[in-house]
Amino acid sequence: MTKQPARFPEELKKKLRERFNEDWRKELRRKISVKERLAIDRVPMPENEPMERIRGFFEVNKGYTPEMAMEEARRCLDCANPTCVLGCPVSIDIPTFVKLIEKGDFIGAVKIIKETNSLPAVCGRVCPQEDQCEGNCAYVKMGKKPVAIGNLERFVADYERAAGEVEIPQIKVQKGKKVGVIGAGPAGLTAAGELAKMGYDVTIFEALHEPGGVLIYGIPEFRLPKAILKEELEYLKKMGVKIITDFVVGKTATIEDLKKEGYEAFFIGSGAGAPWFLGLPGEELNGVYSANEYLTRVNLMRAFEFPEYDTPIPRGKRVAVIGAGNTAMDAVRTAKRLGAEHAMIVYRRSRAEMPARIEEIKHAEEEGIEFIFLTNPKRFVGDENGWVKQMECVKMQLGEPDASGRRRPIPIPGSEFLMDVDIVIIAIGTKPNPLIPQTTPGLELAKWGEIKVDWETMETSIPGVFAGGDIVRGGATVILAMGDGRKAAYQIDKYLSEKKD
Amino acid sequence: MYRIIFNRPIAERVKHMKVVAPFIARKRKPGNFIILIPDEKGERIPLTIVDSDPHQGTIDLIYQEVGTSTFKLGLKKEGDYLYRIVGPLGKPTHIEKFGTVVAIGGGVGIAPLYPIARGMKEAGNRIVTILGARKKDLIILEKEMADISDDLRVWTDDGSYGKKGLVTHGLQELIDEGLKIDMVLAIGPAIMMKFVAKMAAEHGLPIIVSLNPIMVDGTGMCGACRVVVGGEIKFACVDGPEFDGHQVDFENLILRLKAYRKYEVESLERFASFYPEVKTYLQGGVR
Repeated sequence: MTKQPARFPEELKKKLRERFNEDWRKELRRKISVKERLAIDRVPMPENEPMERIRGFFEVNKGYTPEMAMEEARRCLDCANPTCVLGCPVSIDIPTFVKLIEKGDFIGAVKIIKETNSLPAVCGRVCPQEDQCEGNCAYVKMGKKPVAIGNLERFVADYERAAGEVEIPQIKVQKGKKVGVIGAGPAGLTAAGELAKMGYDVTIFEALHEPGGVLIYGIPEFRLPKAILKEELEYLKKMGVKIITDFVVGKTATIEDLKKEGYEAFFIGSGAGAPWFLGLPGEELNGVYSANEYLTRVNLMRAFEFPEYDTPIPRGKRVAVIGAGNTAMDAVRTAKRLGAEHAMIVYRRSRAEMPARIEEIKHAEEEGIEFIFLTNPKRFVGDENGWVKQMECVKMQLGEPDASGRRRPIPIPGSEFLMDVDIVIIAIGTKPNPLIPQTTPGLELAKWGEIKVDWETMETSIPGVFAGGDIVRGGATVILAMGDGRKAAYQIDKYLSEKKD
Repeated sequence: MYRIIFNRPIAERVKHMKVVAPFIARKRKPGNFIILIPDEKGERIPLTIVDSDPHQGTIDLIYQEVGTSTFKLGLKKEGDYLYRIVGPLGKPTHIEKFGTVVAIGGGVGIAPLYPIARGMKEAGNRIVTILGARKKDLIILEKEMADISDDLRVWTDDGSYGKKGLVTHGLQELIDEGLKIDMVLAIGPAIMMKFVAKMAAEHGLPIIVSLNPIMVDGTGMCGACRVVVGGEIKFACVDGPEFDGHQVDFENLILRLKAYRKYEVESLERFASFYPEVKTYLQGGVR
């Protein structure tokens, strides 16, 4: 995986500079002193009460009011060198949108975001802001809480939707060329949106029966309401993007078949849909799930409404989730909502190394999730019906830092113990889905089956076939996938413009 | 939406559905399956593609009414639609000329056996077929299987048709007759495949089985369908559904197939309360 360059591309630098120098910006900067701005406390996100929210799947965060958003926007110092933008994988012009909020121009603000991010309501909710824009905020260097950029992004996207003012970009020229996008997840949706804006005839092929990828099967309602995703999809459809569900490229038709149907270029965003298991004895027992299966049953198949919906999910009393990333938090909080008395995170490292977003950990703690650190499963024990009943664990201690820079967990000999469980959910990551690589001759792959691309162009080893998101990264974030989709869209445009008919 | 051309009974509780799915009809090979969703609130269930007509753009499915999803399918009429179908999924059967292939099908397992046996026949194999079921009314596709078989024998548990006994008796009979068997194909209930595989192992015969675990997405995403093969975890949807019968942990498969029994009963009872005909049937009446 390549890192984003820690410098401004010239074009972006120029745009930021021009806007920084606009009169209204100067005026806003004059209106309130830096000292006054620094004195404002970060506006907390209003939330539903933990005890209330664990009884349902409604969204935890309630969102800012316009007053709260303007107050938070006032904290932004409008730095001349806005390092926050460097932290953003899609280079949103953060200071301009924040200052437009301060001015009260919420629709103007969302337009700025949409220059480079077509799914702001999603990103405002699921991006790991503390590692990106907010992590780079000048306030952090001063030891203060960063400007709540994510909350502001979410606010303007929601405001626009509620106001019914979602504007469909004018598509200037129809290019009359067909582009196939494989996978309707964050990477594919972004690529499709950008290509449609440029005037291409875009069709997305999605394997599941609903578009959205991880946004629909993985991320639960309480973190990303499906209604929001539906609106974002409507927006794409209004731009002319066609979405064909129940179509597995590689199976229903291959890329070669689609070329014969007139598709001239492709973007593969098929994701890291294949779950890792631990390879431990007893993993085949009933009641042991991959996080993908557990979340797909609940989110996509609506098993929480069984028997109204036909797909069942067992409601465990003692649920252990192995792992501590965002998916692990989603799974454990889902288990809590399904009635678990003990919904537990079992993690081999300690609190400090948990990869989940800070907000997810906070919400999990408030909801009574139990965290069992420095503990790793060794095997699973089943009852006479082949259902998991216990998990043998070993205590861990932290040793020297490993390749990831985090201290390596080492088992403590003789510290084994048994834990009673009735559901175990493995949330230790995913690897690229093998279907397209298996059925596309000539596609070069990396170690775990990731598709190899030229990182400058996102083009694969097959000319005209581009890829991005988790199928090339092997398991990253929504926003990085979107960044890839966007980058690839521009390269596809370049490729098709230069291609001789 | 996928229009149903017909949906008719071919045996007790077993129906044959022909449905429009042009892309799948064009691409499918023996051994492939589809995942379908009967209606908006339905679950995703896998079914083997029994046959297809690429020109008409149709595929043929055969299913037994056992739970809510299959009863929902059973209630569909000509001209109705299936909510979703996706496929063709799974690895197609590895077909080559082995010589003499013994094709063993148990109950509704005869449906997935048929396209594979036909593929084997077309590759030049001699096909010796053993069909088994509890009773006469549950034997399906006998004529179709006979058309592609060089020899076909029927066995029923109660002796109501063919010989009285299990398919393992049928295999034993062929072995006793001194038939040189180059490959055994067995598809049916997990318990049947387990015992056929055991007998094949005792006689040093290679055997392919097709597994039917519970699935959700069917594209390798969830791992619901994981099976233990040769001590390793495999996903039936992308690594199978066919595996070397000697390597399969059938005990685990049998336990995993029962994982949702409680929920299946609850769901079907609720469903039956809306449909008197299903209720009558469940209470032992004839539909």
